[in-house]
Amino acid sequence: MKPTTQAEKRRSTVRDDSSQPVHARSSRTMFPYYPGCTLKTTAQNFEDSALATTAIMGIDLVEIPRWNCCGVVSSLVENDRMHHVAPLRNIIRAQEMIAERGDEIESRLVTLCSMCTNTLRRTDLFLKQNPEDLEAINDYMSLEDDYEGGVEIVHLLEILRERGFDAVTDKVSNPLEGLNVAAYYGCMLLRPKDIGIDDPEDPTIQEDLIGALGATTVDTPYKKMCCGSYQTVQDRYAVAELTYDILTHAQREGAEVIITACPLCAFNLDDRQKEVRERHPDFRSIPVLYFTQLMALAFGLGEGALGFELNSVDPGPLLMAKGLLAPR
Amino acid sequence: MTKTMMITKEGEAFLARIQEISGEAITACDQCGTCSGSCPMASEMDITPSEMIRKTQMGQQDVLSTKAMWLCAACFACTVRCPRGIDLSKIAEALRQISLRQAVDHIDIAGIPAPERVRLPQIALVGAMRKFTS
Repeated sequence: MKPTTQAEKRRSTVRDDSSQPVHARSSRTMFPYYPGCTLKTTAQNFEDSALATTAIMGIDLVEIPRWNCCGVVSSLVENDRMHHVAPLRNIIRAQEMIAERGDEIESRLVTLCSMCTNTLRRTDLFLKQNPEDLEAINDYMSLEDDYEGGVEIVHLLEILRERGFDAVTDKVSNPLEGLNVAAYYGCMLLRPKDIGIDDPEDPTIQEDLIGALGATTVDTPYKKMCCGSYQTVQDRYAVAELTYDILTHAQREGAEVIITACPLCAFNLDDRQKEVRERHPDFRSIPVLYFTQLMALAFGLGEGALGFELNSVDPGPLLMAKGLLAPR
Repeated sequence: MTKTMMITKEGEAFLARIQEISGEAITACDQCGTCSGSCPMASEMDITPSEMIRKTQMGQQDVLSTKAMWLCAACFACTVRCPRGIDLSKIAEALRQISLRQAVDHIDIAGIPAPERVRLPQIALVGAMRKFTS
């Protein structure tokens, strides 16, 4: 069938980029996958690059049906059951998919957005630790099957770490030699500690990935500092000051590119460079990519998987000058 | 000379209410200031995070009219570093809840100029609505 909408066209391009057909199941692993809202709009390039690169690695992410917004942030109020409903509903969708597909699919729900990862994990952990609350919420959600507690929420980076980053290197056809990349973690992948995917004070998971892709890792003291998150709505210039600190410290260490796993961090670090330039005329722009875009570049994938058109600061000129991207 | 500080009955009730909503042992704070040193928004705040918790400990309800509690981005930097194991992000949330439960919104999403509103991704708008509206 001929793709009609923009999104379908993009997806079909993504599939064309993959070096292996999706139906080659023998050495492949299938996971239920929760995209979250922003990966279907401003962060479509995060999803496209993730689906294309994971397909090459033999990881098939199957989008759960009828998913809803996770709520972005967890309620921090004691005894607040209501705000666990939205994340739990998504976990139940995964539970249904796992039950339907049996051994064919992993019982772990993969997420990409770090805020979705955080809210889903917090809810899952809360319900596993508090059976009374789980029972009450199950009763309340009378139209849904009860949650049995058998789903685990994992971030794609954890899946890559589990497979070993050598498995990533195996798929690299365009090693990112000579490219200095700083990992930015922000908050939601790391904190609070009980749901973080790495050491909250000394994370290395993204640096391991950068190294696996042939690039040079740049350490920066601001990699775990918050970008201001949703404060960007009420005070964009306060956020721009944080962006300025985060980016210029990375640049001082030699970074040419920043990577992230969060669409909100990406907005604050990439789009808000406009506000940074208003306040700091000396500021030099720096591209901010999703970690999966960096993978897509190193895997030698084309425009459909890279999705650079959605990045506010175009990484094209830098990457072409370094010989890592073919001239357009 | 011994200096005595008194917490009023109303102040005690206020502290008890914030402890109830947040679930945190607020009186355990010994004012080391680690939270203020870790907070990315501290430079924008009118009082520091450690002052926020101190005022709450002392039952000073004027903490509710500070900017600081609205500037918390719930980044949990203070949470992971507090040597007393207190989650200050929950205390800030409880303070905001006192205001939001009066059905008073802190921000007016509809009042954001259209070009900026269109530019903001859902993840920012939903997050802000969850934290700043009732």
